[in-house]
Amino acid sequence: MTVAVLASLGLILGIVGVIVVVVLYFIGIYNGLVRARNETKNAWSQIDVQLKRRHDLIPNLVETVKGYAKHEAETLEAVISARNAAVSAEGPKAAGAAEGMLSAALGKLFALSEAYPDLKANTNFLALQEELTSTENKIGFARQAYNDAATTYNNKREVFPANLISGGFEEAELFEIEAPAEREVPKVEF
Amino acid sequence: MWEQIRSNKIRSVVVITLMGSLLALTGIAAGVAFGGSLDAGFVGGGIGLLLWFFMWMGTVQSGDKVMLRIAGAREIERKDHPQLWNIVEEMTIASRLPQMPRVFIVDDPSPNAFATGRDPKWAGVSVTTGLLRILDRDELQGVVAHEIGHIKNRDVALMTTAGVMMGCIVILAERALRLLWYTGGTRRSRTSGSDSKGGAEAVAMVIALILLVLAPLLAQLIYFALSRKREYLADASGAMFTRYPEGLARALEKLGGSRVALADESRVTAPMYIVRPKARSASGGSKASLFATHPPIQERVRILREMGGGAGLAAYETAYAKVHGGSVVGARSLAGAEALTVREASAAVDTTSERARARTASNAFISASGYVRKECGACGAVLKIPPSVADRMTKCLRCDTPLPS
Repeated sequence: MTVAVLASLGLILGIVGVIVVVVLYFIGIYNGLVRARNETKNAWSQIDVQLKRRHDLIPNLVETVKGYAKHEAETLEAVISARNAAVSAEGPKAAGAAEGMLSAALGKLFALSEAYPDLKANTNFLALQEELTSTENKIGFARQAYNDAATTYNNKREVFPANLISGGFEEAELFEIEAPAEREVPKVEF
Repeated sequence: MWEQIRSNKIRSVVVITLMGSLLALTGIAAGVAFGGSLDAGFVGGGIGLLLWFFMWMGTVQSGDKVMLRIAGAREIERKDHPQLWNIVEEMTIASRLPQMPRVFIVDDPSPNAFATGRDPKWAGVSVTTGLLRILDRDELQGVVAHEIGHIKNRDVALMTTAGVMMGCIVILAERALRLLWYTGGTRRSRTSGSDSKGGAEAVAMVIALILLVLAPLLAQLIYFALSRKREYLADASGAMFTRYPEGLARALEKLGGSRVALADESRVTAPMYIVRPKARSASGGSKASLFATHPPIQERVRILREMGGGAGLAAYETAYAKVHGGSVVGARSLAGAEALTVREASAAVDTTSERARARTASNAFISASGYVRKECGACGAVLKIPPSVADRMTKCLRCDTPLPS
């Protein structure tokens, strides 16, 4: 009788042990998912930080350029309206399009500035140009970093057995490559 | 990217184990050669590992500080050199380091750069004023990305550990051989008096001697091969972070073309620099050597230019196989790597003159060193006064009018 009791006790202990291990395993997976999601969110906020910085730099730039290039009012206005559109844009899609317009407008402004030697010699302008170039780079790298983080996170939530418990974790959206030159298939002519 | 770190770790453990065994063997050989018995050999092996442990503790604890002091590096802030600061920030974002490394400038006309810090939390990137003078923005970004590649791949800790091991092996073997040269003869005649034991002892002695001669050579070969491999890997990471291999390629070309020698030419610090500090014109250019810390610059440039529109690790691996043959990144790391396309060159053309860049660089170093800038109200002269004499200098050097405090 004591043997039977011991045996059933052992069985119960064994089952409880397995359940504990399985639960711990899923807790581990869950925490891993939370960490990956937070990293993705953090990477996303890094992009926002850089976009905000660019919006803040533009009024200064426009003020500086105005004094030297009075005939370029049209280009300057384009930059300002693109900036305002980007600030007020809502939703990732609209924001993405507006930011793209802003980049193009800024590119045009910097290209024009080549024609004004006095402007090119202005230390304030040079400093702003460096800041904007760097911010533009940082936006690009932050997007790349976000895509990396988001891919890792998406992979984590889709693989088995994580997919059993990842119902509450939404899939992270990836950035598409926006420069048309990078998307085009190179033409080969013979 | 995570995969890459993991496979690097495995590889590092293998190399360190190999070096450690070699060190223990050298110790054992030295013990055998001295004491004439295997027991003495084990004592020798223990001494070897202990020696390594204490030297390693010393370098890991203060390695970066020593390196930065030898080089004469000064830590800068954003305002001292905004462009360099921005570039380090950009590469921090691109490489997803947990925090931005500290930034240092070395006042040296020779263009070079190095990374410090045993793990990403204590990392630092140092560049010379000579480097800031000759490179444009894209090129400087390539160099910084290469250094951040070293930090991300944890090369500093690895190369310090391996370097200290190599040093211990060389020291042990050299000391043992030298002592044997003077005392070995008398000791042997005293111990090898008896018959059969003397024969076995003589064999052990010969093996120990051979080991003592070969071990330092072998250790150096392993160490230098490791160092060269890490350079290639840092180039690959640099191309990946910037997504612009041409920037790093152009920078390396300019560094290779420079004839100015670095003030700090110590062999200990050599593997940490982006290009070999010494003898750049002689063998740093084209000749490959088994005893070189760095691969030939021309080959590194050729690989970067063979990447054919790609910027990822896979593109580098293909280009490496084409130029050099073999593999450098490794299949494990490539499995998790994504294909990246090259970005365009910087939109704004960098037209800054070399003289202007040199002035910015030296001003950055001066302000990072705590120099006080004073402008004379009477003659307009701008004085940059060293911090040690700042409070004693009250008059303008040119016109002797009292300076504003």
